[in-house]
Amino acid sequence: MTEHISVLLIIIPLIAAPILVLSNHAKLSWIISLLVTIACAYLSFELLADVQQGNEIHYAMGGWAPPWGIEYIIDPLNALVAFIVCLIALATMVFAPKSVEREIETHQIPLFYAAFLLCFLGLVGMCLTGDIFNMFVFLEISSLASYALIGLGKNRRALTASFHYLILGTLGATFFLLGIGMLLAATGTLNMQDLANLLPAIENRPLLHTAFALIVVGMALKAAIFPMHLWLPNAYTYAPSTVSIFLSATSTKVALYALIRCLYDVFSFEYMLNSWLPQSLLLIGTVAVIYGSWLAIGQREVKKMLAYSSVAQIGYIVIGIGLLSDAGLRASLLHIFNHALMKGMLFMVAGILVYRLNSTDYRSISGMGKRMPITFGALIIGALSLIGVPGTVGFISKWNLAQAALAQQQWLVVVALLVGSLMAVIYCWKLIEVLYFQPATKSRIGKVEQGGDSVARMPVGMIIGLWSLAVLCIYFGFNTDVTLQGAQKAVDALFAAQGVTQ
Amino acid sequence: MSFIEGHLIYWLLICLMMVGLYTLMSCSNLIKKIAGLNVFQTGAILFYVSLGKVTGGTVPIIAEGYESYSNPLPQVLMLTAIVVGVATSALGFALIVRIREAYKSIEEDELDNMDRLDD
Repeated sequence: MTEHISVLLIIIPLIAAPILVLSNHAKLSWIISLLVTIACAYLSFELLADVQQGNEIHYAMGGWAPPWGIEYIIDPLNALVAFIVCLIALATMVFAPKSVEREIETHQIPLFYAAFLLCFLGLVGMCLTGDIFNMFVFLEISSLASYALIGLGKNRRALTASFHYLILGTLGATFFLLGIGMLLAATGTLNMQDLANLLPAIENRPLLHTAFALIVVGMALKAAIFPMHLWLPNAYTYAPSTVSIFLSATSTKVALYALIRCLYDVFSFEYMLNSWLPQSLLLIGTVAVIYGSWLAIGQREVKKMLAYSSVAQIGYIVIGIGLLSDAGLRASLLHIFNHALMKGMLFMVAGILVYRLNSTDYRSISGMGKRMPITFGALIIGALSLIGVPGTVGFISKWNLAQAALAQQQWLVVVALLVGSLMAVIYCWKLIEVLYFQPATKSRIGKVEQGGDSVARMPVGMIIGLWSLAVLCIYFGFNTDVTLQGAQKAVDALFAAQGVTQ
Repeated sequence: MSFIEGHLIYWLLICLMMVGLYTLMSCSNLIKKIAGLNVFQTGAILFYVSLGKVTGGTVPIIAEGYESYSNPLPQVLMLTAIVVGVATSALGFALIVRIREAYKSIEEDELDNMDRLDD
């Protein structure tokens, strides 16, 4: 049984999705998706616990021996990312029902959950697979599902946002596909471990450099790394709240994982070291931090502010990758985990605002801080975490990143980290000022189920979803052993495969 | 000279892809954008198919009298990529239908203007 866990993580949602469509029942489809995500979260936790003991799981799909068949390879790195995706999917599902009822038309709800599960399985599949073409297929599964999900937003701009994402996402995926094709032409294999073994022999061919560039650009488009982030702000802002929560916390993270896997594992460490990439990643990350934070300061709408803040936070992760060191990569992985927690939570706050107040615009939420203490208590935790105040998860990853940068004497990066944090103080403070120090515009909490002119009551599921992530944000801020060790083991596994001793 | 002649197919493919990319970027009509995207994807698909071709090789079915066969793997991969491309275009057209209903236009500059007026 245990050896099939890796594939079950993908099979369960894949089977559940058509069942949801056939059941065509709103309530039932939510219950099934919740059960699926619970099962997947449990399985991925088992998987993570298993690989962290030091054994790598190899699963040959359909019994076809690699490198001919598709192989699933699970090491501490991708088990960690898969666990993040499953955890956030579970939290999102707990949060979802009332929010989805409000934002999606009843007859579309089963389809919505089906698309959600497909997106989820695509992301998990990208994590677990050891075959690079298979990764492309899962990338497209998750992308197609997320275009459809974003397009379901109430505002008509959701449609144009989704269309832009479709164009840019497909371009990125096609670049990635071309890169894979060149690797196939050079080596004749698609298995990532096999590629890693064969590539050093042909390191200096121009074909390989082209493939490298195409794969990096393709994945960077998907991961919304500055200057290729243009699809992100509108997509996150106008998507239904549930979708914003899930995508902001997972989709760019999985693309970043794929980038790490390709850079460090498929192309060898030395290959990357000799290229133009590490320096440019540092530069791009630094610019992304400043640029994203700067635009976040100017926003007057919660979701858009959070989206630009995401651009900045992705910058931190990119910096960690570009530092090319054990400590830098560890900080990146930590931030992937921590940012998923805090951004998921903050987008949940935005979802609650849409549900209770019918708007996330600064004008219509002013003065609500005291009336919605449960919601905004979590928001303050999230904001402190974005800034990087000690005692929250944000501090841990920023601290690690700063240490890694200091160790290499990258002063520019250190300055960017500090400036980025200060700018985060400004954009978070602007929101908190609106919430607590301005007169209220809406009437008191009414006995209404959904927001409108008055403030609606809070559904229990939303409180549970929101505060479970908030508690995790604080818990991992104090108890750093679990996350640090998880990230360290992932980095060790990656470097051990390379034969690099740092 | 042989660098150009020997790689003629790749030069053609690059041209094809650039035509697609240019259409995608220059046209403001959304349907033409999807068409450009399709041309671009077709370039990638043809690239794979041409990789598998072996000069003088036949279809990869073992039969007497034939020694060399084309590589079927890239072609099989492209079956998947074609399916992905069809799904993308279908989703893109569905979005365009919804955009037309919501905005009464499918010209990108007009959509941008309308969005700006909303702010």
